[in-house]
Amino acid sequence: MKQTSSVPIPSFGNPDAIGHVTGRSLYLDDLPVMQETLSLLVLDAPVAHGKITRLDIQSAATIPGVVTILTAQDVPGENQIGGILPDEPLFAEGEVHFQGQPILLIVAETAEAAEAAKKAIVLEIDPLPVVTDPREAYAKGHLLSPSRTFKRGDPHAAFEKCAYIFSGIAENGGQEHLYLETQGAYAYPTESGGIKVHSSTQGPTAVQRTIARILGLPMNRIEVDVTRLGGGFGGKEDQASLWGALAALAAWKTGKSAKLVPHRMQDLRMTGKRHPYSSDYKIGLDTNLRILAYEATYYQNGGAAADLSPAILERTLFHATNSYAIPNVSATAHSCKTHLPPNTAFRGFGGPQGMFVIEAAIHHAATALGIPAFEIQEKNLVQDGYEMPYGQVLSDTKAIETWRNAREEFDLDHMLKDVEAFNNTHHYRKKGIAIMPICFGISFTNTMMNQARALVHVYSDGSVSVSTGAVEMGQGVNAKMIQVAAKTLGIHTKRIRLETTNTGRVANTSPSAASATADLNGKAVLDACKQIRTRILAVLAEMTGSGEVSIENDYIWVNQNVSGWSWEQLIKICHTKRTNLSAKGHYATPEIHFDKTREKGHPFAYHVYGTAITLAEVDCIRGTYEFDTVKIIHDGGNSMNHMVDIGQVEGGLIQGMGWMTMEEVVYDQQGKLRANALSTYKIPDIYAVPREIVVRFLDEAGPELALFKSKAVGEPPLMYGIGAYFAITNAITAFNPTTHLTYTAPMTPEKVLLALYSSSIP
Amino acid sequence: MITFLLNHQLVQTDHPAGSTLLDFVRYHRRLTGTKIGCREGDCGACTLLVGDFEDGQLVYRSVTSCIMPLGNVNGRHVVTVEGVNLPHLSPVQAALVEENGTQCGFCTVGFVMSLTGFMMTHHKPTKESGITAVDGNICRCTGYKSIERAITRLTDTMETVSGRDRLAALTQKGFLPAYFAQIPERLQVLQHMLSEKYRGIPEDHNVVLGGGTDLLVQRPENVRISRPRLVAREIDLQGIWMENGRCFLGASTTVTQLAESDLLQKMLPTLPKVIKLVSSTQIRNKATLAGNIVNASPIGDFSIFFLGLNADVHLSTRSGRGRTIPLRDFYTGYKQLAKRLEEHLTAISFLPPEEGVVVNFEKVCKRTHLDIASVNSACMIKINEDGMITHLHLSAGGVAPYPKYLEKTCQFLIGKKPHEALFKAANEVLQQEIAPINDVRGQEAYKRLLIRQLVFAHLQVALPDIRFV
Repeated sequence: MKQTSSVPIPSFGNPDAIGHVTGRSLYLDDLPVMQETLSLLVLDAPVAHGKITRLDIQSAATIPGVVTILTAQDVPGENQIGGILPDEPLFAEGEVHFQGQPILLIVAETAEAAEAAKKAIVLEIDPLPVVTDPREAYAKGHLLSPSRTFKRGDPHAAFEKCAYIFSGIAENGGQEHLYLETQGAYAYPTESGGIKVHSSTQGPTAVQRTIARILGLPMNRIEVDVTRLGGGFGGKEDQASLWGALAALAAWKTGKSAKLVPHRMQDLRMTGKRHPYSSDYKIGLDTNLRILAYEATYYQNGGAAADLSPAILERTLFHATNSYAIPNVSATAHSCKTHLPPNTAFRGFGGPQGMFVIEAAIHHAATALGIPAFEIQEKNLVQDGYEMPYGQVLSDTKAIETWRNAREEFDLDHMLKDVEAFNNTHHYRKKGIAIMPICFGISFTNTMMNQARALVHVYSDGSVSVSTGAVEMGQGVNAKMIQVAAKTLGIHTKRIRLETTNTGRVANTSPSAASATADLNGKAVLDACKQIRTRILAVLAEMTGSGEVSIENDYIWVNQNVSGWSWEQLIKICHTKRTNLSAKGHYATPEIHFDKTREKGHPFAYHVYGTAITLAEVDCIRGTYEFDTVKIIHDGGNSMNHMVDIGQVEGGLIQGMGWMTMEEVVYDQQGKLRANALSTYKIPDIYAVPREIVVRFLDEAGPELALFKSKAVGEPPLMYGIGAYFAITNAITAFNPTTHLTYTAPMTPEKVLLALYSSSIP
Repeated sequence: MITFLLNHQLVQTDHPAGSTLLDFVRYHRRLTGTKIGCREGDCGACTLLVGDFEDGQLVYRSVTSCIMPLGNVNGRHVVTVEGVNLPHLSPVQAALVEENGTQCGFCTVGFVMSLTGFMMTHHKPTKESGITAVDGNICRCTGYKSIERAITRLTDTMETVSGRDRLAALTQKGFLPAYFAQIPERLQVLQHMLSEKYRGIPEDHNVVLGGGTDLLVQRPENVRISRPRLVAREIDLQGIWMENGRCFLGASTTVTQLAESDLLQKMLPTLPKVIKLVSSTQIRNKATLAGNIVNASPIGDFSIFFLGLNADVHLSTRSGRGRTIPLRDFYTGYKQLAKRLEEHLTAISFLPPEEGVVVNFEKVCKRTHLDIASVNSACMIKINEDGMITHLHLSAGGVAPYPKYLEKTCQFLIGKKPHEALFKAANEVLQQEIAPINDVRGQEAYKRLLIRQLVFAHLQVALPDIRFV
């Protein structure tokens, strides 16, 4: 039998693109709804912490058009939506713990009636002290989960031997996901006591499980369906469950269909964001600039409930040393409970926070030693055989290779000379360069979650239907799934249709997250398609009497010749012969394991590497900045879909740059969100992005555990954005070498101007 | 009854004039290609096109429909994505597909509409003007480079199509469905019919609604149930003209009309730079000058700009009694105006800067474009041959409860030669006459430093070699 692996993977773009540009793609709020679908409105806590002393819904309930008002007492099952830990009620009971916490749900015939009811509700809350600072929460002993420490070597002894030691504080802000489509769900009762929910979620199974718990029903009574998301970025991993649960509860209680799509401002204030961290670092180097010892303590601002914070905390520790081989490391992380909305997953999942701290430590050391940071970075990059602080021994490392290629291909020396010349000839404009290497582990760090299933049907007319647990949210996973099926079955991509993600077709799914969605679900599709291919080829072999049959490029091959058979004919015959043309594929990542009691193991299938060079220019009169260029060498393996992967690198970079520069989540001391609309929370627009982005793929085959040796690409590029912070910092010090440097992201124009003039200019 | 063309159909509705065009097309016409992103004009996902005659020619403008009063499309042509779809992809749609300019797709229709409008209005499309056309469209996925590549692909392949034949040419080239060819005639008939039957919609004259870009953000519920007087297209409030040596700008002049006025461009060469810093194409296409002035936002860009030009405000009552006051006396406190309830702003006017006068506008915010200033400032300055400041007007936003005319700083600097020590002394005066507060746009200390820097920036524009630190 001829091997199909020599046939290239069919390449094509985003299969949804035509629907997107014509407006025919359906998002949650576009789905046709039943007549008389009820309108839902949440009343959320107006203060961050307090005791509910009065809640009177009587007059609100009598407003015409109001069907019912649901509170904690109306929850038939458990009033609990916590994903990892059961610490988050669906509706507040007795006390509120963050501004935006749901208190009740108004179910009405119209949105206007619901609004009127909201105004008529009497709610009185006795305020209690509000804590928004993670260090203050830690000092009070308010933790969401047990603290964790990763250790390698003996940092205490190693610091004794260091020629240089520097310590300080690094802080990063939160980040609003700003998926362009807000959260939402549409639910209706089905026969025999079930509920069907259309949800804008990255985790259909999580929504299903949460609804089952809220309604006190077995999971088989709840069906969750997802067409696509208008962006997720982690914000709809755990936090979509709330909206699904509310819509399902309304449908269950009223027996009618109900839809809940929050206004943007309500979405912003009720949902959690990327975690702000405040961290201590201590770094020790020898005279050759080798980092001998590193210590870090992270105070994660988890918000009022655990959500995914414990898992995010863990990934901070996994990425505490980024791309650097440090013999002695101690990293400790505390998940602190504050009165902010529960912070949650966001592309990078704690990794960016860990990397920012070590980059700050290196920058601090370099500045104190009067050398550019890249001299320290370059001397300490990981190589094959290095054992990470969590016990995984690295192989196939690309840290040095991407770094060296970036230096050479982009002619760093020339760039540096140009910057020097520019800075010498401009008084009020300064440029700065920073290099940002990345090393990001691929797999869910919770080993159990690294599994996926797919359901593939070949219909009797030859058309193919593929269902997986993957949710399409712009990352191009549908394109990759179709490519896998097309290549494995040997047919044209146009024969294949990607179905919605549905808990009835594919059960017990992991959320589309951790950059692992294509690897996990793609390998499950591969498994299913191989089963079907084997069965079809057996029929073909039997019919032709040939031992050498295959399907490639949409042709049926017999004895290395294109036969007269068409795919449709072959499938028709298979069906006539009662061949099973459906298959369920399953995949569980091999080789990975992690022992939390020892904090050692082999948690990642592989790592993704890369190096970015960022060039920024600062206007030293106004404190504003622009980016001339970001040039990236990215380790993508054998990229199976170049267009999709480039899109992920560029988009991830800009999201990371936004986090590091203009995106400032501002809460006041009472825990009230001040950056509460798109007019006050700014994400990059088309003018804010670098004038030029150059992305080159290393283009070397990835490991076997990567789908077709094409490496995962969702999260890693976000961390290239960290370079923006340090490029701006370097431009500031070119203007004012005595400036008092602090490592506090984001680097807004406010911080830039204050830093430029923080000391008198020499 | 509001009557307009929606794509190829004539629509008549008794929905409230103050409700949003977005809700109407999505929930009452089920044209769900138009998306809801933010409902405050800050993301562009709801962008659609509105066509109307300008100087006898049918012109299409992109607008954010979430803050577009439904009443403002009476007698116009509204185009959603469903109205530009063809059996094949249009070149705009094809460029976005081929360059992978769409990922999750939620913002994409907004980009398609902005770029379609751009191809309909720009006679010589360039990459730069194409980017300006999408300056009000936010994308969270792509990082914009693929969208830039799509724009380049589009402008590279599109030759110049001029003047009156543009709509027909775009129809032929597959940008637009064939029904567009009949729209000019259909719209003329519709507008004629509307003008004969009735002039408009029942109105409560105390609620004045212009472009809707502020009121529909701040209190959409109230506006919806009111019966606003729709002033955006009142003929008496339109126009840019000279009178007694002063330049007059009608209250309902849109920012786009300011930008496209040859008269203003000649008088104020700095205007394009200013306008690029003010909101987005979609909002500039409908935001009115008077709306920006009477909103009295402490950081209103045009309040600050025209304070720097030392402009006057012209007010009138319904009975026609008018008066004129300097803009710098118009603001009396936070959101307080020297205007009686029955008075409406009809125009503002200014004396064109004479030879040798430098006009400059500065604005710093978190994001340079489509953002609200932390501090903004305008300046009109003349420095004579001896290097002495002979004329000076300075304004500052974000440093007081209302748009601030920096009277004391001006008085201090007039008649003096700028140098480092003088600037330091002027800053002392400046800091005394402002009172910034801590808010989401910056801490007080930052705003104090920033206004010092922006006043310096003005001087540096006038005297490029000057240095103060």
